[in-house]
Amino acid sequence: MKSYMGIDVGSVSINIVLIDEHCQVRDAVYLRTQGQPIKTLQKGLKEMASRLPGSTQIKGVGTTGSGRHLAGVILGADAIKNEITTHAVAASHLVPGVQTILEIGGQDSKIILLRNNVVSDFAMNTVCAAGTGSFLDQQAGRLNIKIEDFGPIALKASTPVRIAGRCAVFAESDMIHKQQIGCDISDILAGLCEALVRNYLNNLGKGKEILAPVVFQGGVAANLGMIKAFEQALNLPVQIPPHYNVMGAVGAALLAREAVKKSLSSRFKGFNVVDINYRAGGFECSGCANCCEVIEIRKNEEIIARWGDRCGKWSTALNNDLNTEEKIS
Amino acid sequence: MKVTFPHMGYMWVCLKAMLEYLDVEVVVPPPTSKKTLTLGTKHASEFACLPLKLNLGNFIEAYELGAEAILMAGGCGPCRFGYYAYVQKEILNDLQYNYNLIVLEPPEKHISEFLIKVKQLTGSKSWYQVIKAIRFGYLKAKAVDEMEKISLKSRPRELNTGSTDLAFKLALAEIDRAGTTDDLAVALVKAREIMSSVILDNHRSVIKIGLVGEIYTLLDPFSNQNIEKHLGKMGVEVDRSIYLSEWVNDHLFMGLVKNVRSREEACRASRPYLNHFVGGHGEETIGNTVLYAKNGYDGVIQLLPFTCMPEIVAQSILPGVCTDHNISVMSLILDEQSGEAGIITRLEAFVDLLNRKKEQREAVTA
Repeated sequence: MKSYMGIDVGSVSINIVLIDEHCQVRDAVYLRTQGQPIKTLQKGLKEMASRLPGSTQIKGVGTTGSGRHLAGVILGADAIKNEITTHAVAASHLVPGVQTILEIGGQDSKIILLRNNVVSDFAMNTVCAAGTGSFLDQQAGRLNIKIEDFGPIALKASTPVRIAGRCAVFAESDMIHKQQIGCDISDILAGLCEALVRNYLNNLGKGKEILAPVVFQGGVAANLGMIKAFEQALNLPVQIPPHYNVMGAVGAALLAREAVKKSLSSRFKGFNVVDINYRAGGFECSGCANCCEVIEIRKNEEIIARWGDRCGKWSTALNNDLNTEEKIS
Repeated sequence: MKVTFPHMGYMWVCLKAMLEYLDVEVVVPPPTSKKTLTLGTKHASEFACLPLKLNLGNFIEAYELGAEAILMAGGCGPCRFGYYAYVQKEILNDLQYNYNLIVLEPPEKHISEFLIKVKQLTGSKSWYQVIKAIRFGYLKAKAVDEMEKISLKSRPRELNTGSTDLAFKLALAEIDRAGTTDDLAVALVKAREIMSSVILDNHRSVIKIGLVGEIYTLLDPFSNQNIEKHLGKMGVEVDRSIYLSEWVNDHLFMGLVKNVRSREEACRASRPYLNHFVGGHGEETIGNTVLYAKNGYDGVIQLLPFTCMPEIVAQSILPGVCTDHNISVMSLILDEQSGEAGIITRLEAFVDLLNRKKEQREAVTA
């Protein structure tokens, strides 16, 4: 079976997806990054490799997410693309005709508008991350609620309380206040969802025309409370695509498929990368007062990539085609 | 009296030239770096905006090199910048850095005060010499701006990555070295030669983005995380809406030099949206966005430091401008963080979007 692999290396999770020649999602692996992208990536690949039928041929690999360059260097990716593009590609593939994508991930939230199947506008959170998945996760943890139970509990609310949504710190102190005056936990959670939706729409929606069909994706789309809050605020039905939590990876796989069609061969280094010892190290350059943190990726003891220097002294010193093709700063 | 001043992009070339022309001893602060930022954020109030912190760091580093006086601009508008010089002086006092402070208030409001301050700096020099020195500084600013403009055009088209940056560094050194107006003319010829030695691919298809926003973050590559370089490498020809020489002409020469882009034009273009001075470059941000849209640019990026009031006013008006003029605008808010990965993701996505739009447009017209 010919297939393409897409990998989304995010701040909270790493998703690996396999699609077949007909762009159908065959398999998906979800792992928590836990601050160790390289190790987790290797673990995920190992798991994916063990599940694959013997006849599988990986024809191409794409990476996305904030760790896309890192993963791209290690794997030899054919497509390395930002999150906006991969999410839009995946959504318009899985939900034909989609016009608005609401996406909330661990660190970033974004809104993408498509018209005639092409991205016409987008916005990503600026300044703060108060309206993102990590914050919901943290609040659930504080209330000792499993994140999976968050939504169902929020749905039980009879009168959601009002919670400040502009800033995570204010939201938290508002929640604690409501908790101390004896409000019901489901009302507090529903209030929190409404606050985050308000924050999201004020922060990103700003004057943008939100048209149906609306798709909600990213890890937070699992939260029934958030879905309900969005539907109420927008007064539109909100769809959750089948692979809502791995859309970035699906998009990366689709883009890899396109890229390989052009280049005809893949740069994928194979599954044996899971057994190689990759290590990210680094040092503070003392060449000038900028004190850049230079990051080095070592394969066993050989340095395969380097980035982080403002002047290019270290990154250009490596005579490595990956490094020159991928302009990482 | 050894004089220092804050950094703002390549302003140091022009200020140094002007002051040295008047035989004033100058201490140029070390280039703004992470160390500058660390010093600034350590001693400044947390809610002050980024320029104050970086300036403060510049002053501390310059003091260690022997500077005795600070030359700083003042201001009188809705923007807090007007009291930055005094706040910085108080902070430096508390840290026991004994600086003299010379604040140049904008001449359009306080011409007499401006002249007194200039005299204080130049002492016995005649007004004729002072005027000649200011002219010399202005010529340097113009020369530097010319090199910057060439670099913005050549970076997206260069065949060897990094060759533009290298050429710019050499050209800047030529200009900086010139000590008289005649020297400068020779240096300028050399500098142009250096810049034109960058090998270009003139057939490459590039998209055009205009940069608007607050002057400090626009002019200073350290504070804007080298946005011009990043965009250039992504194949974007950048046009910056403010250059130092244009600003000097508008605010110090009252538009005396003709045939230079001026704020008047931008302010007129901002009229239907913003009819009032809101401080900083709020009006120019709106106006220049309109002008870029009219001139066929593919997109506009607004830069501002966190908490910049005039730009927040402009930011809230921009969505309307975008719809009316059918142009994409993205705002980037900058502060002391080093979250470069996030900025690059946003830039890359924005450039992707504009490329798609351009392809579509060309498909329709072809």
